[in-house]
Amino acid sequence: MIWFSEREVWHWRNFGENRSSKGGNGAVTNKLKGLEVAQKSWEENRIKAGKEFSTRSGIPVKPVYTPLDLRDWDYQEKLGFPGDYPYTRGITPNMYRDKPWIMGQYAGFATAETSNEWYKYLLSQGATSLSVAWDLPTQIGYDSDHPLAFGEVGKQGVACASLADMETMFDGIPIHKMRISTTANAIGPIFLAWILAIYEKRGLQAQGMQLSIQNDSLKEFFSRGTQIFPPQASVKLSNDCVEYCVRNMLTHFHPLTCSGYHIAEAGATAVQEMAFTLADAEAYIEDLLERGLDIDDFAHYIVAFLGTGIDFFEEICKLRAFRRMWAKMMKEKYGAKKSESMRLFYRGYTHGSYLTAQQPLNNIVRGTLETLAAVLGGIQSNVTSSYDEALSLPSPEAVRVALRTQQIIADESGVTKTVDPLGGSYYVEWLTEELEKRATELLSEVEEMGGAIVAIEEGFFEKEIARSAYETLKQVQSGERVTVGVNKYVVDEPVKIEIRKVDQKEQDRQIEKLRKLKKERENDKVKVSLDRLRRAAEEETNLVPFLIDAVKTYATLGEICDILRRVYGEYKPVRL
Amino acid sequence: MSSNQRIIRILIAKPGLDGHDRGAKSLAYALRDSGMEVLYTGIRQTPEAIVQSALQEDVDIIGLSCLSGAHNVFFPRVVELLREKGAENIIVIGGGIIPEDDIPFLNEKGVKAIFGPGSSIESIVATIRESIRHRRK
Repeated sequence: MIWFSEREVWHWRNFGENRSSKGGNGAVTNKLKGLEVAQKSWEENRIKAGKEFSTRSGIPVKPVYTPLDLRDWDYQEKLGFPGDYPYTRGITPNMYRDKPWIMGQYAGFATAETSNEWYKYLLSQGATSLSVAWDLPTQIGYDSDHPLAFGEVGKQGVACASLADMETMFDGIPIHKMRISTTANAIGPIFLAWILAIYEKRGLQAQGMQLSIQNDSLKEFFSRGTQIFPPQASVKLSNDCVEYCVRNMLTHFHPLTCSGYHIAEAGATAVQEMAFTLADAEAYIEDLLERGLDIDDFAHYIVAFLGTGIDFFEEICKLRAFRRMWAKMMKEKYGAKKSESMRLFYRGYTHGSYLTAQQPLNNIVRGTLETLAAVLGGIQSNVTSSYDEALSLPSPEAVRVALRTQQIIADESGVTKTVDPLGGSYYVEWLTEELEKRATELLSEVEEMGGAIVAIEEGFFEKEIARSAYETLKQVQSGERVTVGVNKYVVDEPVKIEIRKVDQKEQDRQIEKLRKLKKERENDKVKVSLDRLRRAAEEETNLVPFLIDAVKTYATLGEICDILRRVYGEYKPVRL
Repeated sequence: MSSNQRIIRILIAKPGLDGHDRGAKSLAYALRDSGMEVLYTGIRQTPEAIVQSALQEDVDIIGLSCLSGAHNVFFPRVVELLREKGAENIIVIGGGIIPEDDIPFLNEKGVKAIFGPGSSIESIVATIRESIRHRRK
């Protein structure tokens, strides 16, 4: 019986193949033709011409999507199964059925002492990872007593001048049990040296640790502005981290996070965010290949960081399309063979730029929608912005609500029960395709002009983004783009929320600590390590081992960066 | 009245280390489109450099943008430096992530107006024109 039925199946299959080889898949084609007629009639008779709609990237949106919009679309080719190439549906077979995404909170302010207390509070509230925010002087490589640091110490994040501050910051925190991440970019290699020194002091094997460093200096030039060195030197320093991690088998490290988030925050559309992030990624990858590494040695060390904004479906489709583009880039352009090289680990973050200062509690709703988009887009880790961030650094209450938002989506909503629940929706698949197509075209344009470094030096990225940002502003001002509480449903009332401010005295405290450190450390050892670092920088060797030696002598961040500034020079921006 | 015919010249400036200049650039475009002459300093400027540019370029008004929380340090410093140079006729306005509570302090220190996120371009333009008209009387 079994044999018979198998044979039946075989016959049936052959029949189908014969039919399709004679003249296309007749039944399907006929059905589509029927649909075409029906849809045409529906459009003509039932749809009134009226308002036009488009996504925030300016992609026109029709009233309805049907199989006609996915005519040549092939399930196996475009989606496949979760955990399989091209990973459109997600990078693991079970996704959140196995475990929820990593829920982090971006935090850090004032001094190492205050941030340490704050991290302990976040962990007690169920955060499963810590993301360290640095103040601006730290991000740009200035010690707290530098004239340019005045007024900025401890404001946007924690001030960190040396390994001593790092030790205080992580004191009593089980860093071996969680992923530590940070927005160190131009100072990425120095942060890596700090944390490796801490592991060593605590007797922890670095190979078992989980660490993520943003370390994407290229995007800083046109989105966030914390670059220190010129673009080529920035790529070198970022890739020193990647190469060091690869050669030392630090397999749970993400030493480079190609970031679109900040590009979007600067005003880029989803299409620009995708294309420019990939252009940056290519610049790093090509430099690593030139160092003699094989794509399959390092691809899986690189992750991506994309934000989710308020345009719900466009953001979901952006994540799906970008993951597919990444997989194709690794496989087709760079010849990766291992599946882990093609699988993109996503860090997500809901956008701060959609938060409003007016009626700030409304931002909780925005955060919920954006977090939901991130989850439906298949992120591996996420941070939800706090509702008061258009007004100040987040307060403890706002941070807790942000974390609870993620927990409610994970534990209550049920959206995690099946993988990629929106897969197969005509609209979602069509928009995913469309975003991929448009981003691929824009990426080709950047490649033709010579890649990301040229695009940065010529101000191309910056101009394109500024233009998009201004378009957005005009749409908000004209009311064409609705922002509730800003240009619609406006109420005139004072904002009543608790606001966190950093006391100016924290700056004095930090500077005092720095003076003490410089007096008490063994200064001859500092000098020797800094001299070695300078020579290494001049010789173009990988600087990470030299940085580790330098930070262990408690050389300060400013001292280290001054050496590097002397060797590599500082970036002078183009005038727009 | 003749001075009113001069096109308003404004310097948009980013004091301090803050690199978030989306708002500064968009406002620069918007003010240009409303008929003003706009200069933008780019990021990472000291108050001294901003005041120097303002004097060199003979601007009527400086628009300061700061999102890092350091506004209470930088904005009053710019006003103070203008006074020291005898250029107190140059109007200073500001914008960024600025808590409501800080606005009276900044006004008292001579910052004419503060515009937070979501401010209407119309109101910014009106304030600029109004304060310049007032000054020229």
